[in-house]
Amino acid sequence: MKILVGVKRVVDYAVKIRIMPDRSGVFTEGVQHSMNPFDEIALEEAVKLKEKKLATEVVAFSLGGPKSAEVLRTALAKGADKAIHVQVSDAEAGKLESFHVAKTLQKIVEQEKFDAVFLGKQAIDDDSSQTAPILAGLLDWPQALYASKVEDGGSGHMKVTREIDGGLDTVKVKVPFVLSADLRLNEPRYATLPNIMKAKKKPLKNIPITELGIDISPQTQTIEVTEPPVRQAGGFVEDVSALVAKLKEKGFVKA
Amino acid sequence: MSLRSRVVDLYKNLYHMGKEYPGGSKWFHDRLKIAFSKNKDVQDPNQIKQLIARGEFVVKEIEALYSLRKYRAMKQRYYEKDDEIVSATQKFEESVKKM
Repeated sequence: MKILVGVKRVVDYAVKIRIMPDRSGVFTEGVQHSMNPFDEIALEEAVKLKEKKLATEVVAFSLGGPKSAEVLRTALAKGADKAIHVQVSDAEAGKLESFHVAKTLQKIVEQEKFDAVFLGKQAIDDDSSQTAPILAGLLDWPQALYASKVEDGGSGHMKVTREIDGGLDTVKVKVPFVLSADLRLNEPRYATLPNIMKAKKKPLKNIPITELGIDISPQTQTIEVTEPPVRQAGGFVEDVSALVAKLKEKGFVKA
Repeated sequence: MSLRSRVVDLYKNLYHMGKEYPGGSKWFHDRLKIAFSKNKDVQDPNQIKQLIARGEFVVKEIEALYSLRKYRAMKQRYYEKDDEIVSATQKFEESVKKM
C-alpha cells in the first residue's frame, strides 16, 4: 500500500494570533510556523503502518508557498520516504481553499497511483475540515473520517474506528480510501536532530501548480476577520444557595 | 562512536530541542551550558557513560513534555466538552434537583 499524506504549513499552535489592523486577515510574517498538528498525527499513522509492513511507501504532500518545503522536510525527518511540493506563490497560498487542495491531491493520486490518502481532520488555521471528504468525493473512494484507530481488515480492506458524537463508529473500508486523523489516533514522534540531517538527502519533488493545470481562483471572499468576543469578568456570590439561585435565574440548571 | 563525540551529539541534540522550549530558548540554552560545563573535568569513562544516560533521559522527558503540551492545547481548543466536565455538571444538576 502506497500512502500519500497531506501536510499543511500553519501558524504554530503556541503562537498568539494577531489580526491585521485592516481586518483582512492575520499576521503571518515573522511568525513561527509549523506542521498542522492533525497532519502530524496522520503522518505518524502512515509511518506506523509502514513499520508494521502494512504500507510500502509514505509520500508527504504539501500545497503552498515556497516555505512549505520546511514542513515537508519535517515530514521526511519524521519518517516519510519522499515529498511532493506543489508550488504556488505566497499571495496565492493565502487564498487557497479546501477544494483546490482536494483537486491537486486528486491529480497527484491519479498520476502516481496511491492506495490511500491520509490527512489531518482539520487544519488549525482555517478549521474547515473539508479537504478529506471533498477528495473522497472527487476520487469516488470510500472515506474514513475522524479516525481514532486503524487496523488491517483483511482481504483488501482496512478497519477504521471513528470518533463521532456520543461514541465510536467502526467502519470497514475498501482500499483505496481516504482517511482523516483525529487527535487520539496516536502520539506523533519528535523530529530528532539526526533524523533532520538524514532527511536532507531524501527526495523532494517540486511541481509548479501551472504544470498540473489546476484553476486556483478563489470561490469565496473574506469580508472581515475579527477577534472573538472578550469574555466578561465574573462576579462573586456569598454562599452556595446564592449561587444556585443565580444559576436558576440564568437558566443554567433546571429549576 | 567515541565518548567525546557522543557527548557532543547529546549537546547538539539538547540545543536543538531547546529552540522551542516554552520558557524561552535562551533560558534553556544557558542552563544547558552550565549543566555541561559543570562536568567538564570528569575523566572516568563509566561516569561519563552515566552522565550521557542522564542526558538521554532528559531528551526523552523534553520530547514527552512537548507532545503532551501540544496534545493538551488541541484538546482544550477542539474538545471543549470534556468527559470529566460533563459528568461533573450532571452530578451538580442532580444534587440541585434533590434540594
